[in-house]
Amino acid sequence: MTDPATTPSLVKERPTPALEARGVSLAYDQTVVFEGLDLRIETGEVTTLIGANGCGKSTLLKAFGRLLTPTAGTVELDGRGVRSIPTREVARRLAILPQKPLTPSATTVRDLVSRGRHPHQSLLKPWTPADTIAVDEALAATGLETLADRDTASLSGGQLQRAWIALVLAQRAPTILLDEPTTFLDLSHQLDVLRLVRSINRERGATVVMVLHDLTLAGRYSDRLVVVGGGRVIADGTPWDVLTPAVLREAFDLDAIVIPDPSSGSPLIVPVDPDDAIALDAE
Amino acid sequence: MREGSRFFGRLWRGRVVGVTIACLVVALAFALLGIVAGSSSLTIPDVITTLLGGGTGGQELIVFELRLPRVVGGLLVGASLGLAGALTQTFARNPLATPDILGVTSGAALGAVAAIVLVGGSYSVGAGALSLGLPAMAAIGALVTSAAVYALSWRGGVDSFRLILIGIGATATLGGITSYLIARAQITEAAAAAQWLVGSLSGISWSSVWPVLVALVILTPIAVLQTSSLDISQLGDELSTGLGVAVQRHRIVVIACAVLLVAAAVSAAGPIEFVAFVAPQIARRLARTGRPPLLASALLGAVIVTGGDALVRGVLPGEIPVGIITAIVGAPYLIWLLTRRKERETSA
Repeated sequence: MTDPATTPSLVKERPTPALEARGVSLAYDQTVVFEGLDLRIETGEVTTLIGANGCGKSTLLKAFGRLLTPTAGTVELDGRGVRSIPTREVARRLAILPQKPLTPSATTVRDLVSRGRHPHQSLLKPWTPADTIAVDEALAATGLETLADRDTASLSGGQLQRAWIALVLAQRAPTILLDEPTTFLDLSHQLDVLRLVRSINRERGATVVMVLHDLTLAGRYSDRLVVVGGGRVIADGTPWDVLTPAVLREAFDLDAIVIPDPSSGSPLIVPVDPDDAIALDAE
Repeated sequence: MREGSRFFGRLWRGRVVGVTIACLVVALAFALLGIVAGSSSLTIPDVITTLLGGGTGGQELIVFELRLPRVVGGLLVGASLGLAGALTQTFARNPLATPDILGVTSGAALGAVAAIVLVGGSYSVGAGALSLGLPAMAAIGALVTSAAVYALSWRGGVDSFRLILIGIGATATLGGITSYLIARAQITEAAAAAQWLVGSLSGISWSSVWPVLVALVILTPIAVLQTSSLDISQLGDELSTGLGVAVQRHRIVVIACAVLLVAAAVSAAGPIEFVAFVAPQIARRLARTGRPPLLASALLGAVIVTGGDALVRGVLPGEIPVGIITAIVGAPYLIWLLTRRKERETSA
């Protein structure tokens, strides 16, 4: 089953990636989304997948999270085929927050977050003080301590999203996948979530892979961007490497200028509308 | 004091335990009333004395051979239906998803009615299919139909929504065939079929109680072991996978438990309506949990069936099948539930 080329001793310099897609083909029913895709997710980085609607960035994230089985190729977690690892063990190493999880009824925030401990429990090892600590820390990290006993039905969109992130944090997996964690949130709550993501990465050393729509925010809060489109990786690198007018035109069919964000120094995408009057000097 | 609330769900778990114990006590009390109720007069002390081995020969005959099979049957049938209902409503994340929608009940009904009508009714000394016995035919119909519904829903995994739609289609089809058989039948056979279709404990004997007991003893622990996965599955299939639940394996275990429990119960007593729907919903509201608690639902099912049967034998005139009472009580509850349903209440 193992490809001889994957033997760690042959790989020089670069450490084992947290996740790696090798020759992965992905399809829904008959529609092929990717064919023979290779992509490494480096340990300890925040990597964001961006691309136009329907380009397959969520599909790719699902493949990394074993929610979708590739029709060809393998996905490796810490250097091992994810399919060969028992699902509960995968869950201790890899957490996934899908785009639309279902909110259970009559459940407090603490109950919800506690479910993140499921992969750490078994018949012989039920709830332990370590589980309580993990849940308390997740609630504290997301600023939900005071809401812990509230019913999840009474939370605002931003609070609920923080509760979902707390659940994933309580899972204590070193690699975390987030599918559009900022969708349906207003700008200040989007920033809250992304700052939280950054602190998870910096303070816990977690590897984060997420899908975002907002290119400027993606550039600001990621170490690395992967631009997906047309069934392949269009560009892959640091935000300044990737967010160029040429890439934006190819991936999003967007005319834009890119300037340093005066607040963070990261790339700020300014879309250009030909109807607007101000003439711009051609680059 | 703060420490007390720190452990996962300790408070509501305490409430679930309380509700479960209360249901058990009430079920046993109704069972005792069920033994007392009937045409031959027995008092509660008589019954207790007889149960403890101190009764007269006549009392022993009435208690052990006539009343006890029926009461024990009611407890077991009700518990099976309640547990199966809780399992189905939970995995489908829908309070209206009773085991009926998996095709179990309609399959059992077709099997039983076919046995009655095609082979000459429960009165003929059986050749052919009836030699298998009515319960066996019902069980075969239930299992074949649910297996077919599950297989037809399979497309690289079973999605609850597609399973429900196919189950509803199968139920309608088999219901039509059952009605056709009844329409073509002789009047006595049609009456016997109609009687069976309502669900009744009147024909129950020790031999039809045993399969239900075996099913419950084997399947209850299996179902209870799925408790934490059932909790997780309320978050959706994707997050469940992310949290390490083998979703498809979990789902087939839950469905198989529900189907086998209902098949056993229906074979013994016919389709007693609404128990599988109502018991888990009442249990959930009493226990104030996000999904129906399994054991409390089972015990509440036992309460409803034994209580209903004690009512029809002890209070109401004539021999009314218990299925009629559970439907008369259950259907208005369904309507009440629907009118009270909160907008946001989307899961079981």
